[in-house]
Amino acid sequence: MPMTPWLRRAAIPLAGPLLLAGCDFAGLQSTLDPAGPIAQAQLDLFMWSYWLSWIVIVAVFGVLAYVLLRFRRRASDPDRIPSQFHGSTKLEIGLTIIPVVIVILVAVPTVRTIWETEVRVVPEEGDVIVNVTGYQWWWRFEYPEHGVVTANEMHIPVDRRVIVNLESADVLHAFWVPRLAGKRDLIPNQNNQLWFSADETGEYYGQCAELCLGAHAYMKFRVHVVEDERFDAWVDAFEAPSALPASDDPRVQRGRDLFATKGCSTCHTIQDYRGEVPVGSSDFPNLTNFGLRTSLAAGVVDNTQENLETWLRDPQIFKPGNYMPKVWREDDPDADEEIAAVAAYLLSLGSDAEELAFASGGTDDVQAFRAAATGGDDGDR
Amino acid sequence: MAIGRQAAPAVSDGTIFKRPTWTRGIGSWITTIDHKRLGILYILSSFLFMGLASVEAFIIRLQLMAPNQQLVSPDAFNQLFTMHGVTMVFLAIMPLGTGLANYFVPLLIGARDLAFPRLNAFGYWVYILGGLFIYSSFFLGGAPDVGWFAYAPLTSLSNNPGPGTDFYMLGLTITGIGTLVTAMNLIVTIISMRAPGMTMMRMPVFVWMMLITSFLIIFAFPPLTIAMVQVIFDRTFGTLFYVPEAGGLPILWQHLFWIFGHPEVYIIILPAFGVISEIIPTFSRKPLFGYPVMILSGIFIGFMGFAVWAHHMFTTGLGPVANTAFSLTSFVIGIPTGVKVFNWVGTMWGGAIRFTVPMLYSIAFLFMFVLGGITGIMLAMPPFDAQAHDSYFVVAHFHYVMGGGALFAFFAAVYYWFPKMTGKMISERIGKIAFAFFFVGFNMIFMPQHFVGLLGMPRRVQTYDEGFGFEIWNLISSSGTFVMGFGMILILLSVIWAFKNGAPAGNDPWDGRTLEWTTTSPPAHYNFAVQPVALDRDAFWAQKHPELAHADDPALYDHDYDAGGIHMPGQSWYPFLMSLFIVIGAYGILYQNFVLAALMGVLVTFTTYGWAFEGVGGYHVHPDEHESQEGATD
Repeated sequence: MPMTPWLRRAAIPLAGPLLLAGCDFAGLQSTLDPAGPIAQAQLDLFMWSYWLSWIVIVAVFGVLAYVLLRFRRRASDPDRIPSQFHGSTKLEIGLTIIPVVIVILVAVPTVRTIWETEVRVVPEEGDVIVNVTGYQWWWRFEYPEHGVVTANEMHIPVDRRVIVNLESADVLHAFWVPRLAGKRDLIPNQNNQLWFSADETGEYYGQCAELCLGAHAYMKFRVHVVEDERFDAWVDAFEAPSALPASDDPRVQRGRDLFATKGCSTCHTIQDYRGEVPVGSSDFPNLTNFGLRTSLAAGVVDNTQENLETWLRDPQIFKPGNYMPKVWREDDPDADEEIAAVAAYLLSLGSDAEELAFASGGTDDVQAFRAAATGGDDGDR
Repeated sequence: MAIGRQAAPAVSDGTIFKRPTWTRGIGSWITTIDHKRLGILYILSSFLFMGLASVEAFIIRLQLMAPNQQLVSPDAFNQLFTMHGVTMVFLAIMPLGTGLANYFVPLLIGARDLAFPRLNAFGYWVYILGGLFIYSSFFLGGAPDVGWFAYAPLTSLSNNPGPGTDFYMLGLTITGIGTLVTAMNLIVTIISMRAPGMTMMRMPVFVWMMLITSFLIIFAFPPLTIAMVQVIFDRTFGTLFYVPEAGGLPILWQHLFWIFGHPEVYIIILPAFGVISEIIPTFSRKPLFGYPVMILSGIFIGFMGFAVWAHHMFTTGLGPVANTAFSLTSFVIGIPTGVKVFNWVGTMWGGAIRFTVPMLYSIAFLFMFVLGGITGIMLAMPPFDAQAHDSYFVVAHFHYVMGGGALFAFFAAVYYWFPKMTGKMISERIGKIAFAFFFVGFNMIFMPQHFVGLLGMPRRVQTYDEGFGFEIWNLISSSGTFVMGFGMILILLSVIWAFKNGAPAGNDPWDGRTLEWTTTSPPAHYNFAVQPVALDRDAFWAQKHPELAHADDPALYDHDYDAGGIHMPGQSWYPFLMSLFIVIGAYGILYQNFVLAALMGVLVTFTTYGWAFEGVGGYHVHPDEHESQEGATD
């Protein structure tokens, strides 16, 4: 890119007053606040065209303003007939060269960036491979090298190349984490690839960017970028997950039973819940280690006991249009108690991962575990 | 050359229906074949649909005014933005251009009608009935909700069991027929019915752009029609073109759609270039700067328009080779477009510019089209497009091109030609106030959408969450709808007022340069009492200021072109009836009532024969009887 880093850094604060005063260009999904080399290259290209466009704007609108002021009809001479000239070949050739030059100035870095960022790559040692499948309206993340299947939250190690294989189970979707990389579509019967890496640990927000009807607006996801050790710990939590509640809390025990009796387990897999290992067999969100997730309903709300209860009571409140059925009837006298129990059970999942030594369970410790597993800086996002 | 110049044919009484002769009342409008009446019908219909699309847009913006609102459900929201897009593209902006062309192409080239008047009426009736067919979906189980480009496999029966998609596919197939026949009609008219002396390189630029546009339509619509017929077959007869479970490749729909869809952008914008190229010279009192370059760049844009479709698909994983190729072809289109902008500014250079309302809209067009063009170049960079695609940045971009570009140009044209169409002037003072609201409101709505898109807000989302920095921009954007809406209401009221009480316009209110200003306002049904001739480019200006033009010697054209009278075609029932049967047949297919569909097929065949054997009909107007004829035939 013909953009030095200082120029780009200068561009962001300068762009504010030039566009409209007072805008904040940082943001959870801001393309102007990249945290990885791919998003950075994409932004650099944009900023290059952005500054070129200011030259065009100033030149064209400057001339236009001059013409409009200088050549308006004067009240002093309303009947003036201007010279009826039809054109000038020399001038027109000259004026054609200007857009040609601008286009070349844009085209050269564009082509270079395409070949730097969009070439299909072959996995190498150290790459992390994630198979992403889009469903209406959630994401399935499978780590074929690690045997991990999860939903809606992706964990990746910092500074490692991540190769994402994209497929769709139903309609079109698009995988977009603006701060890490531009989007790529998920298309049935077509295997698309996207690769990127992250420079900084943290929690990054993603969203489906291709209309998929219904709850399209609520089809979000999160990417947790963590240090290598944390990533390994997260993977280990899937290697020997326990579907048994870690806590002796009777409410959690009851939640575990209800998970089967209320029909949740018809669709949702919890690894080891029945002793089997049904990796990759389900077309519904896998809830293994659910307690480790920071968000609920595909990135829509924070994963808390209260939100989870609301979600279980009526899934349409947070996410209108989604396919999760309403399990408890409005007039069910046991609903409140049962919902709280199931929520407590689900939140306890993953909290007993030995590697992270949070053995006792309970909501507070789940929060702490989650914070540790996801890099620790997600508390207020 | 044209129908009117031949000896009077035997007037047939028609086969089934007699040629109607109403001059007033609803029957006269349903059976009319007068290009001016059809032009007015087109323009009024497109404004009707534009009103509906504006209401849809207004609800969309209300829903997005604040985060986490549930004013409309996701399903209703999907229907609203789909119908907004479908309506604006197919039923409002494109037919507005067609309507202006219908009315003014014959007047600009000194002809008395289009080459095929009944075909012209047919084009209008399939458009309006097809449009109403699509809108009837709101009452018949839900409007289309798959976005205006209806990507497969969202449209498959399993993903979308409601009738909305059927309405979309059948309705647009039907309106597409109208667009196609009108395009052919315009080509024949422009090639063969120009006034004596009007060589191709003397044609007004609007006529040139309509000629190019018509060729684009002929090449662009068939791929869309094929793709839509495939989906209709998938949904009606169980074929598997776009069914992934059966191995269908949904990406093919995107290719077929955008091979149509990108030329469609130029089908909309080239007529806008045309009207701007008429208005700026008039109000600068100068000929267009670089006329041949303008024509050539229009042709080049039209040609290249077919070589850039995949820039709508940069994120579908075409790979770096295809992305590079389509990126470069897209950049190349920026060159002739830039040349056009320079030439419009060059036209004003040295002129005596009058800031009338049409000129204000034209200048606003230049401003916003340049902005839309710049963001267009940005989006043609695939790495940036990976971020901006399907975000609000794209929404902002194409509204600057389609709205700030095409729509503002057509508003300029309506203000410019309203005196010719009605004989009345619209208040300039109210017009300028309304323009200010319209312009400010438009930019309030769409400028912030650039920023919210860069901040990561995808398009077509029913709502958004707090904390992403989207709130302020959406609030500004939604507030703009009130400002722009007020401007629209003001425009509407001033136009209605002008219809009733506008000052008389006279033949030539703007000191025009082209032939439409030589005749009365509104023109008589035969357009010109005497066949006009074109002594120079800007034919009327050459008549008014022969000393300033390199005009031909009028003696060259000294000939009684109207000897034997002006032949005016007769009215006909068949265009309307055939359109009606086609649309009823579409309901038959939609509800899988194949008996009804087959019956309508028979009736369409029958009307085809009726039409063919109806005979030439019509009547002659004699130049010396013009005055006495006018009352009886108008």
